[in-house]
Amino acid sequence: MEDKKLLITPAPHIRSGDTVPGVMEGVIFALVPAMFAAAYFFGFAALQIILTCILACVVTEALWVYARKKDVRAYLGDGSAVVTGILLAFTLPPTTPLWTAALGGIIGISLGKHIFGGLGYNVFNPALVGRAFLTVSFPSLMTNWVFDGVTVATPLEHYAATEYITSYWDLFVGSIGGCLGETSAILILLGGAYLLYRGIIDWRLALGYAGTVVIFALLLGRDPIFHLFSGGLILGAIFMITDPVTSPIGRKARWVYAIGAGLLVMVIRIWGAAPGGVLYSILLMNATVPLLDRYLPDRIFGEVSKK
Amino acid sequence: MENLLLIFAGTVLVNNFVLAQFLGICPYLGVSRQVDTAFSMGMAVTFVMTMAAMVTFFIQNYLLIPLGLEYLQTVSFILVIASLVQLVEIFLRKVSPVLYRALGIFLPLITTNCAIMGLALLIPREGYNFIEAIVFALGAGVGFTLAIVLMAGLREQLEMSDMPQALRGGAITLIMAGLMAMAFMGFAGVIGT
Repeated sequence: MEDKKLLITPAPHIRSGDTVPGVMEGVIFALVPAMFAAAYFFGFAALQIILTCILACVVTEALWVYARKKDVRAYLGDGSAVVTGILLAFTLPPTTPLWTAALGGIIGISLGKHIFGGLGYNVFNPALVGRAFLTVSFPSLMTNWVFDGVTVATPLEHYAATEYITSYWDLFVGSIGGCLGETSAILILLGGAYLLYRGIIDWRLALGYAGTVVIFALLLGRDPIFHLFSGGLILGAIFMITDPVTSPIGRKARWVYAIGAGLLVMVIRIWGAAPGGVLYSILLMNATVPLLDRYLPDRIFGEVSKK
Repeated sequence: MENLLLIFAGTVLVNNFVLAQFLGICPYLGVSRQVDTAFSMGMAVTFVMTMAAMVTFFIQNYLLIPLGLEYLQTVSFILVIASLVQLVEIFLRKVSPVLYRALGIFLPLITTNCAIMGLALLIPREGYNFIEAIVFALGAGVGFTLAIVLMAGLREQLEMSDMPQALRGGAITLIMAGLMAMAFMGFAGVIGT
């Protein structure tokens, strides 16, 4: 890209004008409402965790890029490390110690992104890699929920223990125990609406994921609205399963990917030991992406049918 | 029937031989470079596992236990599995050259593999009956195939990535196996372990 005079590229030659920094700015903007919710419901601790995660991710990214002798400013300028940091913070409980949050960021960016070659090559969602690592390493720290100064259970844990269904209003607004950014469905959806409007996320992925959960819950006679608005499902459907790097390219493949992840969430929620399944469902489906893209390609424009 | 289904699903997902019990890592690393060969390897492992489960079941219950020779379990299982697979290989070459070409080269590779041996030793420990042992072996084989084919897909994609040179090959495969094992931990508790 250094030589601006002569640029030889393969087709297509129509450009959309989207750039990586532009897309990342859009995502960060869409995350702001949920960030306000986190600060409102969980207070100053939430802001500390979010800032720590962002800082850890950006510094780790800078060190990797520097060590690999690449252009540090160009890499950091794309904002992808900031997005990873915010998303990681959103999946952490409000009582997370800051060193744990930082460790999650370091692991997420290192093992989730840069060992594969950096942005665009990563196989797994970096924020979810960081979160999964923390869940495995510090299970008790990662299930310590506080809301309004009182230790509480998340709606899904509460349901698993006593079949109690939290009121829809509380689930919708977000005045429930849970991870920082997952509680307020309405503010996450607000960000999601903006991303859809900008064309940054694919509605197929979000709808396929959330829709599968609703249909599966209906088929099993569970409460679909409860399952839809609890356990970070909306956060996953808007911001995580739609990650352009770790989701398939083809339309058919995207449907299969999203529906598969939706099925996995419900299998883990209903039969598993962990009450939430969003984290694992997306990581598991991330591993299938190369195969999905390979065996379910879209029909190329102008392609002649094989018969 | 439900019991069999639980054994099968539990072995494929929850107690996946590669990603939860860390058995059979060598073929998992060695033959996961391409999806096609990985799939053939998975089929060969499934085939050998099922054969081994059947034979060692009879050895255990009709030879070792009646004679009070359970302490010879490991030695006798190794011997029997290895010779059986060699016999099958010779037999296949004559009878079904197509199948031999698909599985043949992989068969000798896995005769002494820890996943096969682990399976043979796990069956008496779990107290499975004959049918349960076969279903368990099939589940173990399918779980292995799933893990190795997923890994091969990822590795094919990463061929073109810009990863640090030192991590190419075995290193990145082990790291990805670790990440996949973390993802498979989500199944913990699904279908009583």
